[in-house]
Amino acid sequence: MTPFDYARPTDLAEALRMGAAAGAAYLGGGTNIVDLMRERLAQPSALVDVSTLPATIAETDGGGLMIGAAVRNTALAEHPVVRSRYPVLARAILAGASAQIRNMATVGGNVLQRTRCTYFYDAEGSSCNKRAPGQGCDAVGGFNRIHAVLGTSDACVATHPSDMCVALAALDAIVHIDGPLGQRTMPFGDLHRLPGDQPDRDTVLAPGDLIVAIELPPLRFGASSTYRKVRDRASYAFALISVAAAVEMDGDRIGDVRIAFGGVAPKPWRALTAEAALRGGPATAQAFRDAAAAEFADARVLRDNSFKPVLASRTLAAVLGTLTTGEAA
Amino acid sequence: MSLIVNGTEVAPPADPRVSLLDHLREGLHLPGTKKGCNQGACGACTVLVDGDRILSCLALAVQYDGRRITTIEGLADDDALHPLQTAFIEHDGFQCGYCTPGQICSAIGMAAEARRGVPSVLTGDLSADITLTREEIQERMSGNLCRCGAHNGIINAIRATVAAEVAA
Amino acid sequence: MSIVDSAKQAAQGLVMGALQKLVPLAPDSWIPGGKPDPLIARKHGLIGKPVSRLDGTLKVTGAAPFAAEFRFDTMVYASLAYSTIARGRIVAIDTQAAESAPGVVLVMTHRNAPRMATPPVFGTSVHAIGPADLPIFQDDRIHWNGQPIACVLAETQEQADHAAALLDISYAPEPSITDLAAAKAKGLEQGLFMGQPLRNSIGDAEGALANAEYRVDQRYRTPRHNHNPIEPHAATLAWEGDTLILHDASQMVTQQAQSMADVFGLKTEQVRLTSPYVGGGFGSKGLWDHQVIAAAASRLAGRPVRIALSREGVYRTVGGRALTEQRVAIGARADGTFEALIHTGLSVITPHNNMPEPFILGTRSAYAAPNLLLQVEIARMNMLANTFMRAPGEAVGTFALESAIDELAVDLGLDPVELRIRNEPEKDPTSGLTFSSRHIVKAWRDGATRFGWDERPAVPGARTEGEWQIGMGCATGTYPYYRMPGAEARITLLRDGDNVRAKVEVAAAEMGMGTSTTTAIVAAERLGLPIDWIEVGYGDSAIPGAIMAGGSQQTAAIGGAVIAAHGELVAALLKLAGNDSPLAGLSANEVGSDEGGLAKLDDPSRRESYASILTRARRDSVSVTKAGSMPLEFMHWSMHSHSALFCEVRVNQVTGEVRVSRFLGSFDCGRILNPKTATSQFRGGIIMGLGMALMEETQFDERNGRIMNPSLAEYHIPVHLDVPEIDVIWTDIPDPHTPMGAHGIGEIGITGVAAAVANAIYNATGKRIRDLPITLDRLL
Repeated sequence: MTPFDYARPTDLAEALRMGAAAGAAYLGGGTNIVDLMRERLAQPSALVDVSTLPATIAETDGGGLMIGAAVRNTALAEHPVVRSRYPVLARAILAGASAQIRNMATVGGNVLQRTRCTYFYDAEGSSCNKRAPGQGCDAVGGFNRIHAVLGTSDACVATHPSDMCVALAALDAIVHIDGPLGQRTMPFGDLHRLPGDQPDRDTVLAPGDLIVAIELPPLRFGASSTYRKVRDRASYAFALISVAAAVEMDGDRIGDVRIAFGGVAPKPWRALTAEAALRGGPATAQAFRDAAAAEFADARVLRDNSFKPVLASRTLAAVLGTLTTGEAA
Repeated sequence: MSLIVNGTEVAPPADPRVSLLDHLREGLHLPGTKKGCNQGACGACTVLVDGDRILSCLALAVQYDGRRITTIEGLADDDALHPLQTAFIEHDGFQCGYCTPGQICSAIGMAAEARRGVPSVLTGDLSADITLTREEIQERMSGNLCRCGAHNGIINAIRATVAAEVAA
Repeated sequence: MSIVDSAKQAAQGLVMGALQKLVPLAPDSWIPGGKPDPLIARKHGLIGKPVSRLDGTLKVTGAAPFAAEFRFDTMVYASLAYSTIARGRIVAIDTQAAESAPGVVLVMTHRNAPRMATPPVFGTSVHAIGPADLPIFQDDRIHWNGQPIACVLAETQEQADHAAALLDISYAPEPSITDLAAAKAKGLEQGLFMGQPLRNSIGDAEGALANAEYRVDQRYRTPRHNHNPIEPHAATLAWEGDTLILHDASQMVTQQAQSMADVFGLKTEQVRLTSPYVGGGFGSKGLWDHQVIAAAASRLAGRPVRIALSREGVYRTVGGRALTEQRVAIGARADGTFEALIHTGLSVITPHNNMPEPFILGTRSAYAAPNLLLQVEIARMNMLANTFMRAPGEAVGTFALESAIDELAVDLGLDPVELRIRNEPEKDPTSGLTFSSRHIVKAWRDGATRFGWDERPAVPGARTEGEWQIGMGCATGTYPYYRMPGAEARITLLRDGDNVRAKVEVAAAEMGMGTSTTTAIVAAERLGLPIDWIEVGYGDSAIPGAIMAGGSQQTAAIGGAVIAAHGELVAALLKLAGNDSPLAGLSANEVGSDEGGLAKLDDPSRRESYASILTRARRDSVSVTKAGSMPLEFMHWSMHSHSALFCEVRVNQVTGEVRVSRFLGSFDCGRILNPKTATSQFRGGIIMGLGMALMEETQFDERNGRIMNPSLAEYHIPVHLDVPEIDVIWTDIPDPHTPMGAHGIGEIGITGVAAAVANAIYNATGKRIRDLPITLDRLL
């Protein structure tokens, strides 16, 4: 680990001032950045500890939630409002990592965690455009079972590893940012970017920007939502694919629906195509599969991950089947 | 400021790179907390911070200034083992013993979470009280790897002690 | 292999071959175990009773010291840099930035490392345990991607790690073979194991197969595996003058100390190696480059050194299990009896080691077949030397063999348990030897009843619950009984007032198998003393003899040595007892130990306590050391452990996810000495087998020979939620020809498990998966 200075600001203003310095990085729970620094994938000259800034979960006037960025993952998952109105979020968080890591990780840090691509992680021995733009991508011709099939570019096929973010994408969360450019908000779907020819940039955040809160707008049918994760062992593994979904029935037709996929793309993948195909249509297995087929029509599969569109389609159909019939899977 | 380790105030390391795990093992000579992967993938370094279980390998020691840290060395009273420690021996919940301190600290943290009502990914009704079934314990303990294969003994030891207390 | 080493192996092979011709012909009574161990007949006492681990309190309180937890004053920390090419030369290493980094004490490369001998490669002598015949830090050659090429010592681990990253290394790559197809294209060689060819041919197997009424003929593949003990490899060491003090994590204490002495040109007694606790090994905790590098750097820097490999460092420098490609073909009659059994294929090794994964070993004694063809061939690749990993050979060989038998049972419409029993051999099918103890049929019958095997769906895919398809499968596991030469035991009786305590010292290793506890149990019974009065010493090169925690033979090796030492002790005590003792005039073989003293075997009323003998002789103690008998028994009898394994799986029809819901292991492993620790050993092996079946694979990038998942996050081993309650039963029938009637049980557990899982998956889904691991995408 490269030497760095550690600072613990006492309020947001001080944090932003420290974070704006060249080479500074924010420190939340440390569960990703400490590992990245040890692997020399991040070499900040200063860590600004924002994990002790005030962090609350408050109900908003409209019936949504405002979640401080320093709220720990466990605290968010166990919050009574999250459990009752946004079960998809509680379940997504609880499907991720381990209890110890969820106790440490902050909401803001979770959003900004980096890919688990093994070639990205191999700083000494492998080429990676995300780590070193222009170096080339060894994942394309190597082990790529865990890699993305949607939204990829020739430069990068890595996935975003978060579970929580898949739920936030489905819930139309709003990101509250503060920093050198001032306070602003943006839709969660706009925060992460696709790699294109700049795979080293995971998000649209500017240097010194700090995520200060995540806002969940009210969702009428949030209670009818869930998260399903498919992985290589029963627990404590990153998703091969995951599905976050919420459904509102209108008689025997689908009134409204929210779908996001994890494990298939460089960012949490909001499935707008599938949603449009389903909205107003019948809640049948065929309709679910057709919607998935539409979403994955442009999928680009690699040597080891050609199963992902099939698996995603089947999992989506099962999840929607459960939500529309109320039958447990 | 200082860290409070097993009830004793100690100074944080001068070098902010030092993890809580390395500070315990190398700085404070408390090697009961184990290093298995140093990257958050095995759970061997689990300690309790203000009662919550965390991974000390991903924790920078300086970040835990002012917090109360309990390690495996701090569980037993002077003359008696923690009931879970006794149960691990009785149920043969280990072989090599290397993942054991992390498993024990993790189980104590898990029981506290369950008492507080924290659900798991297996919990059916998210609004109900937590019942620590065998499967619930297995899921909640899945962040602690064991390679010798003592899983059955570990879960049995937990069921016989801290999990039974949650139900009661 | 160098020519010299090959010649040594060949010579060893010749000696072994000659012994294997002569020993079977000798009368039983000439062979160790020809007369049953008296302890076999003892029905009361501690043997067979569940005893908790004697080191339990130390382990649950974190007080048991592991290798990286010893300390020396002025100790520095080591960090390694690893090559990123598979083959070639180091052109330059710019060490300037590293050397001037804060806290750095030394940067050592091949240019400034002391001259050292190459560690003697495994198999070239009794003590040789080097992983490959490669010099360490002696030249600019790169032999594998990940080879350590520089070592930094610094005042803290953080400083050492940082400085290691500042090294600037340039290479001149040379052509390498890192893909299997290219390795095969260069030609295959006959595999040798312990100097002997891995090949058996009896009759005309191909001809009999072609003419058989029923045939299966399939290919099975298993990937590379890593041991992944939770304790990464580590050592803390110091030079005291010309003596090396080394606290290591070792499952071969004496051999490792001797190998270090060989490397540094020291006398045996100039290396003191202790290894009281080992955080798992499974074959991996031996001599690798890191101990040699750290000792050399320590000598150069004049400072004690702690070297604790990172998890990635373990993957880069500690070899694992090699891949295999296997063919199993069986020709059978309609009644299921075999006409032909063919088990052939290949594994890979490096140009510098000789450990082909010997996957036919278990097949040699498994089933009766008049025509047999077994062969392991090897291809060579430029990679880290592969090594022994839990049940080398049998773990992966049984996957292919026992899957093929299940396929045959399906074709024949026969119950797979019944098919196996119908092919039970009367004597060893390849060696022709008599079995010492083989009760596999009882294991099958007992297991089938307990598991409820008769509830198995007769047709694949017949049982579903919601999204889940449920199926059952079975398989046989097998592992041989071994006992290696070189074991010694030192028994010391110490008088403590009217009581006598005993110290039993063996140069054994304890990695959690329960060896120290079981040794105490056996010693207590052997000496007629309560277990509380027994102290067991182990894990220290200062103890005489050489014992290895490998090949599932440590318990037998200790047992044999303790038998011999006990005989010596009885003789010594009789001498001390003199003419005034009730035992006067008796010879050692007429006397045994009983209730705190010696007694005439056929007249226990003639007796005298240890305390009385020592008191009268005015002695506070008596100590004897003796080596065990030459281990010839497994050349005279065919000696094997077996298991009948039953598995129930649930396969998700939507996602292909597999969950093992029930598992039963029914074992025939001689007498079980400590049911509590034995159960854990069996379960541990089975759980590693579940990992092998469903998730474990070391990802070796064939483009450059680099391991791409050197992490416990990406190399999956089972977590708690993957592991069902595992039921374990055993026949408990003593083998009359082994110490205590016992067999080693460290490796049998993993064998057969992957096949039992694969066969259950077939029963659940109708899908036959012949490549491991059976990940969900293979079932979609």
